[in-house]
Amino acid sequence: MKLSKKYELGKKIATREAYGDALAEFGADPRIIVLDADLSKSTKTANFKKVYPERFVNCGIAEGNMMAVAAGMATTGKIPFASSFAMFAAGRAFEQVRNAIGYPHLNVKIGATHAGITVGEDGATHQCNEDIGVMRTIPGMVILNPADAAEARACVKAAIDYYGPVYMRYGRLSVPVIFDEDTFDFEIGKGQTIVNGTDVTIAATGIMTASAIEAAKALSAEGISARVVNICTIKPIDKELLIKCAAETGAVVTAEEHNIIGGLGSAVCETVCEAKPVPVIRVGIKDVFGKSGKATELIDEFGLSAKDLVAAAKAAIALKLK
Amino acid sequence: MDKARKQELSDIAVKIRMGALECVYGGNSGHPGGSLSIAEILSYLYFEKMNIDPKNPKKADRDRFVLSKGHTCPALYATLANRGYFSTDLLKTFRHSDSILQGHPDMKGIPGVDMSTGSLGLGFSASCGMAKAAKLSGDSYKVYAILGDGELEEGQVWEAAMFAGHYKLNNLCIFIDFNGLQIDGDITKVMNPTPIDDKFRAFNWNVIVIDGHDFDQIEAAVAASEQSDKPTAVVCHCIKGKGVSFMENEASWHGNAPTKEQYEAAIAELKSQLGGNK
Repeated sequence: MKLSKKYELGKKIATREAYGDALAEFGADPRIIVLDADLSKSTKTANFKKVYPERFVNCGIAEGNMMAVAAGMATTGKIPFASSFAMFAAGRAFEQVRNAIGYPHLNVKIGATHAGITVGEDGATHQCNEDIGVMRTIPGMVILNPADAAEARACVKAAIDYYGPVYMRYGRLSVPVIFDEDTFDFEIGKGQTIVNGTDVTIAATGIMTASAIEAAKALSAEGISARVVNICTIKPIDKELLIKCAAETGAVVTAEEHNIIGGLGSAVCETVCEAKPVPVIRVGIKDVFGKSGKATELIDEFGLSAKDLVAAAKAAIALKLK
Repeated sequence: MDKARKQELSDIAVKIRMGALECVYGGNSGHPGGSLSIAEILSYLYFEKMNIDPKNPKKADRDRFVLSKGHTCPALYATLANRGYFSTDLLKTFRHSDSILQGHPDMKGIPGVDMSTGSLGLGFSASCGMAKAAKLSGDSYKVYAILGDGELEEGQVWEAAMFAGHYKLNNLCIFIDFNGLQIDGDITKVMNPTPIDDKFRAFNWNVIVIDGHDFDQIEAAVAASEQSDKPTAVVCHCIKGKGVSFMENEASWHGNAPTKEQYEAAIAELKSQLGGNK
């Protein structure tokens, strides 16, 4: 996939910003319709609205209706992007997503922003740490959780080119750009090895990929060789890559800004257990609700820092040696 | 509508009722009461009104139909079979594991089904999406939907009503099967959704109240919907279980399959209504 170069490496940009940019950039296709539920300034679909106001449909504060409206549009050949906060897209509208989009396998793209604990100050009611888990149990649903702005933009392009329901998870917090768009190659269902290593694999998704790179550097300073793989597509997950990593490094750490139940950690355990059982330590929200606070403070408090990944990597290696 | 044509449509409605009961009897489960109440509406839409082609079920400019009260799909399946989308032989396989005729409409497997429905309120929203999509691309097809009166208790219905009213979706015409009964009994006792007409008017709809078993009134309502600059809700006074005396106005027939004796009695009664002997 060729993307126009735009995001500067290392610069901090929220993935939701890239979602809005991408809709505006790739929105020329007349089949694309962007729907929002009164959050267009936050979800950044307002960027699309500016360029293509005639194909922007505000549904008001009614997420369940929005999802089924999008489904109806998709039956006529449109490509609707239904956008809201993850809490409402995956949570409130779960049944509509499952029955109106998933069951008939309609070509609806769900842009879920403000996912995870880093939504920050709004607190527990707005911190959706369950969305990957609930979306993962819908047959045929593709789930994309980009690591940075470059990958976030690639997700939109890939979703347009793919036929079927896609759930895209975006964040509010600004995170560093880690992929060089000149060389970056994105494909649904494929993970990438970002750092090579032999002692342990850190499989990271979303904003945790940057932390995993940082953790690998810290481990390297202590003589531990950690491999970092980025798993943007949670479903269908890259089984081949994960099994290879399990076999070659003998221990895995998963890293996600999501409940440790139901998300990447669960998906990796399922994959590895069935093919190449090795110790897997899951780093994520430890099955608790969040609270208000600065995103950066919450990352530390809820055990999602690079330091936590270093500790988990050592623990996984120790289990391997038993 | 001339008398002869009305008689033809009336006979088709009786056949839809017979086919619906064949489904529920063959599947030994399903929803007869609300299936029988919508036969005239389906007969009119599929045999008189809609631009459709059973040989090309997905043709792009076809009018769309959504059965939002998806549990009454026996009537829809009987309609589609009689209209030539698939063999009437399939009706008796309703709800069988090897049949395409699922317990609720499945657009992936059943020719002529425009939307998978069954979860109440959802089909109505989808019909709004179809109508809005047509507006966005300048297509001229119309979208029709049937809702149940009990279904109006779902909050999503009013989200959809607001959406259609806001976007002036005058290419959307919904029929509300106002038969007054839901699973647990009288709708006004379970959770009163009335007045229905005033509620839709308040959401900026064109509202027409008719006898849902009268073809002249159905035709006039649809004609009026085409003149309106708003979406149209046709509130149809219907009789649940219509056409089978022991099922009429009985909430217990909402979701029960008849015994062999009951089925045969019902079919005999319906047969006697063919040819104008109503």
